[in-house]
Amino acid sequence: MKLARIMLLAVGMAAAVSLTAAAQDADTEKGIEKYRQMLREDPWSNPGLLDADRGETLWKTPRGPNKVSLEKCDLGKGPGKVDGAFAEMPRFFADAGRVMDLEARLLWCQEKLQGFAHADLIKRPHPGGGQPVKDTGALATYVASKSSGMKLSAKFAHPKEKESVALGEELFNRRSGPFDFACATCHAEAGKRIRLQPLGFLASPEGAKKVVGEWPAYRVSTTNVMTMQHRLVDCYWQMRLPEPEMGSELTVALISFLTKQASGGQISAPGLKR
Amino acid sequence: MAGESTMKIISIAAAALLLVTATSAMSQQKAKIDPAKVDAAVKGALVAFPAPPEVWQPRLTPDETMKVCAASHNNPSKAQFAAIEKREKAAIEYPADGKFIGDWKKGEAVAQNGYGMRFTDYPPARANGGNCYACHQLSKAEVSYGTIGPSLLGYGKLRDFKEAEVKTAYEKIYNSHATFPCSLMPRFGTNKILTMDQMKDLVALLMSPDSPVNK
Repeated sequence: MKLARIMLLAVGMAAAVSLTAAAQDADTEKGIEKYRQMLREDPWSNPGLLDADRGETLWKTPRGPNKVSLEKCDLGKGPGKVDGAFAEMPRFFADAGRVMDLEARLLWCQEKLQGFAHADLIKRPHPGGGQPVKDTGALATYVASKSSGMKLSAKFAHPKEKESVALGEELFNRRSGPFDFACATCHAEAGKRIRLQPLGFLASPEGAKKVVGEWPAYRVSTTNVMTMQHRLVDCYWQMRLPEPEMGSELTVALISFLTKQASGGQISAPGLKR
Repeated sequence: MAGESTMKIISIAAAALLLVTATSAMSQQKAKIDPAKVDAAVKGALVAFPAPPEVWQPRLTPDETMKVCAASHNNPSKAQFAAIEKREKAAIEYPADGKFIGDWKKGEAVAQNGYGMRFTDYPPARANGGNCYACHQLSKAEVSYGTIGPSLLGYGKLRDFKEAEVKTAYEKIYNSHATFPCSLMPRFGTNKILTMDQMKDLVALLMSPDSPVNK
């Protein structure tokens, strides 16, 4: 029933957004806004929920060399506690001795509990266009969906958490690469766009609140769920910088900074993006 | 299990202690980050890259101009402004034949093209683009333009197609910081993104009376 409804709406959405020239991006945006409206009326119609379901199954299924599920994975609120865990991330984890965002923590649990090799988990960790989100991303979609409707409320009180935010802010403004780009090049002013695509005003709390809580999100242009770690890879690609490693100190720091900026913003994950 | 809960209590206590020290020490100001720590985080994370290190490594570290621009959020002080202007002006190479104007039709193609230097663009399959339309309005015909940079519609016409403006346009493309320190625009010449011929074609796009920019 749920699947049928998703399929039906996906067809409607495809019709709404399958326009030809780049000049019609504005119409595309309108089409997506219309679809977002449909989602608000019927939250079960987001195709990203299929990946949340897949993530839930992955969470509960014994996997990896150790053949155990992730039901003892501690996302910060105690082993196996998923509800509301994402809302308080990134956070410092004493067992790992470092700050982790949701995806870094899921890598950790798969490695430590299930026995997966870290190198395998971070090798090609994100899907290409049209491919479904990979297992870690599906798990992230599931866990994030269990905080949907809550507010981003990571505390950033621990010195390591504060350090991560400060590092993220430095990285946000750092200008490097052959194009001299920083995150701030595109995201430090309100109402700007690249070609016709509107840019989030992430340097301001108001702007960050509007968008940060929507990740992981189903992306209409690539027809798959994209996680926040994957989104940053896309930014680094566009910035003409090397691909950042999934779950690295750098990506976690940027996510800490963005989450701090968006603190108090609504979580609506999985969201829906162009 | 008992061991586990004891551990938990200890770690909670330790965390609480850290929290107390942290709030007293850090409530006055934000955590300061050692620049070496930032460099280490970058070098630690940006490793997976399918190209020779000599091509990639220098781009990870900001030069002096980029350091000042980042630290000032692209609002340099007067002294910094002057220093950048001087340094970046000195980094401009001029065409040996003294001719700045190429072919605006080729320039339009360079302005439309966003290919090049992304981590999927190696080894390069074709020439890099300037991607000008990503940030600037240039012609009436192209409605898909960005707004990070100012509109350049009518650029040459608004400057009466003056000879001096031709050279200035070349300098802005070659190294935007020579005329506008901490500009958001890439240094297309200094950073070897575009060839001299491509930059001349862009000058033509801006300054030719028959270019769509001036129609």
